[in-house]
Amino acid sequence: MGSGLRTDRLISLLSPMVFLLLWEISGRAGFINPQFFPMPSSIFDRFVVLVANGELLKHVSVSLQRLFWGFVVGALPAIVFGIAMGLSTIVRAMMAPLVAATYPLPKSAILPLILLIFGYGEASKIVMVAMGVFYPILINTASGVRQIPSIYLDVGTNFNASRTMVFFSIALPGALPSILAGVQLGVGMGLILITIAEMIGANSGIGFMIWRAWQTLSVETMYVGLLTIAVLGYVLTTALVEMERWLIPGRRPA
Amino acid sequence: MNIADGSFFVIVGPSGCGKTTLLRILAGLDQPTEGSVDIDRKSPAKPINSMVFQGESIFPWMTVWDNAAFGLKARRVANAEITDTVKYFLDRTGLTPFADAFPHQLSGGMKQRVSIARAFANDPEILLMDEPFSALDEQNKTILQQELLRIWDETRKTVLFITHSVDEAITLGDQIMIMTAAPGRLKSLLTVPFERPRNVIEMRANPEYGTMVREIWQYLAEEVSQSNAVAPRKQDISNG
Repeated sequence: MGSGLRTDRLISLLSPMVFLLLWEISGRAGFINPQFFPMPSSIFDRFVVLVANGELLKHVSVSLQRLFWGFVVGALPAIVFGIAMGLSTIVRAMMAPLVAATYPLPKSAILPLILLIFGYGEASKIVMVAMGVFYPILINTASGVRQIPSIYLDVGTNFNASRTMVFFSIALPGALPSILAGVQLGVGMGLILITIAEMIGANSGIGFMIWRAWQTLSVETMYVGLLTIAVLGYVLTTALVEMERWLIPGRRPA
Repeated sequence: MNIADGSFFVIVGPSGCGKTTLLRILAGLDQPTEGSVDIDRKSPAKPINSMVFQGESIFPWMTVWDNAAFGLKARRVANAEITDTVKYFLDRTGLTPFADAFPHQLSGGMKQRVSIARAFANDPEILLMDEPFSALDEQNKTILQQELLRIWDETRKTVLFITHSVDEAITLGDQIMIMTAAPGRLKSLLTVPFERPRNVIEMRANPEYGTMVREIWQYLAEEVSQSNAVAPRKQDISNG
C-alpha cells in the first residue's frame, strides 16, 4: 500500500520530466519545428533572462495587483448579494432573472464596452476581473445559503437573532464551503479575463507580455508567459485550499 | 389550557397529532391558523421562549462556548454577564472541558447538552423542548433526563416538554397532557404525584409509577387504535 503510493508519486513526478526530455530531444533532432515549439532549454534560458532584467516580475506584479483589486471589487458584492438571494425569496425573485440573463454573456465580448467606459487605465482591467469573479461567487453563495439546514435558521429565529447576526453567524459560515468553491472558480475566470484584457487594452501585465511577444515573434517569451500563468493558477488554488482549512475550523474531518 | 409558572409541563400524544407543530407555533417558527397563545412576562428584558430542538441544532462552525452564548449574544447582553452565565451552564451540563471543542468532536448526547445549555443560558420565560432526547440511546437518555431534572430544580424555569415516551413524561413532568390523534386535541390532563428532587432510576421502582404508566398507555392505546382505523390517515406533518 505504502510503496504503491510512493510509486504513484514517483511516476507523476517523472512523467512531466520524461515529456520535457522527449520534447528537447525531438527539437534538437529536428523532428519538430522550434519556431513553434522552442526547446525547453531555450525557454528556460529566456525565463532566466526575463527574471534577471526584472521584466517578468514587473508584469506579474502588475497582473497580480489587478487580480487582487478585481477580486475585492467583484467578490465582496457577490457574497453580500448571494447571501441575500439565499435568505430572501423576494431578493431571489428580483435578482434571479437578471443573473440568468447576464451570466452567459462572454465577458470578453464586453471588453470593448468596458474599455469605452473605463478607458485604458487600471479601472478597465479591474472591472473585467471583477465581472468574471462576481458570477461564480454569487451563484455558489446563493446555493450554499439555501443548502444550510433549515434548523439553523430556525434557531436564529427562535433566539431572535438580528439580521446582521443571521448574516454573519449563520448564513456566512454555513455557506462558506460553497463560497470558497466559488472563489476557486473565480480565480480561474479572473486569470483568463486579466490575460485577455491585458492583451488588448494594456501596456503592462502578463497578458501584454505574451501579446507583445507574438508581435515581435519572440516565441520563447510567449511560452514563459503561458508557463507563468499556469504556475500562478496552481499557486493561487493551493493557497485557497490552505485558506479553507484555516477558515473552516468546525469542518467535519473529511 | 393553562401552564403554571415554574412548572414542568409535558405533552404526550400519538405521532402526527401535531405536538411539534404546536411547539413550532409557540416558538414563533410557524403561524397558527386559529387560536391564540399568551405568555405572561415577568420581565420585558427576558426573551419569551427558547427552544431545545429535536434534531442537531447546534452550529457546527461554532465552539461549544459560542453555541451556548448564542442567545445571549443575540440579545446583546454585556460580555461579563455572558461569560458568567455560559460558564455556569457549561459547568452544570458537564461541558466545561469541551468549551473550545467543535460539535463534530462531540457525541450525540454531548451535542444535546450544548443545546440545553444554550436554551437555559438564554433565561427565557418558558423553555420549549421538542423531544430533545429521542435520538439518544437508552443510557444516554436516562443520564440526560437526570441532568435536566437537576438543572431544572436549580432554575425552576417553566418548561413545555414534548415527547412520545410515556416513561419520559412521568419521569420529568409535573403535569402531563395527553393529546388525541390528529386532529390533536386535549384528551386528558394528569398530575404527576412524585416528589422533587427526583431520582430517575429510583422512581421507576415505585408502584405508583407503574400505575401511572398503565393509565397513560390506556389513554394512548385508544387514540392510536382510533387513528389507525381512520383511513386514509392524515399526513404525518409532525416528526413526532
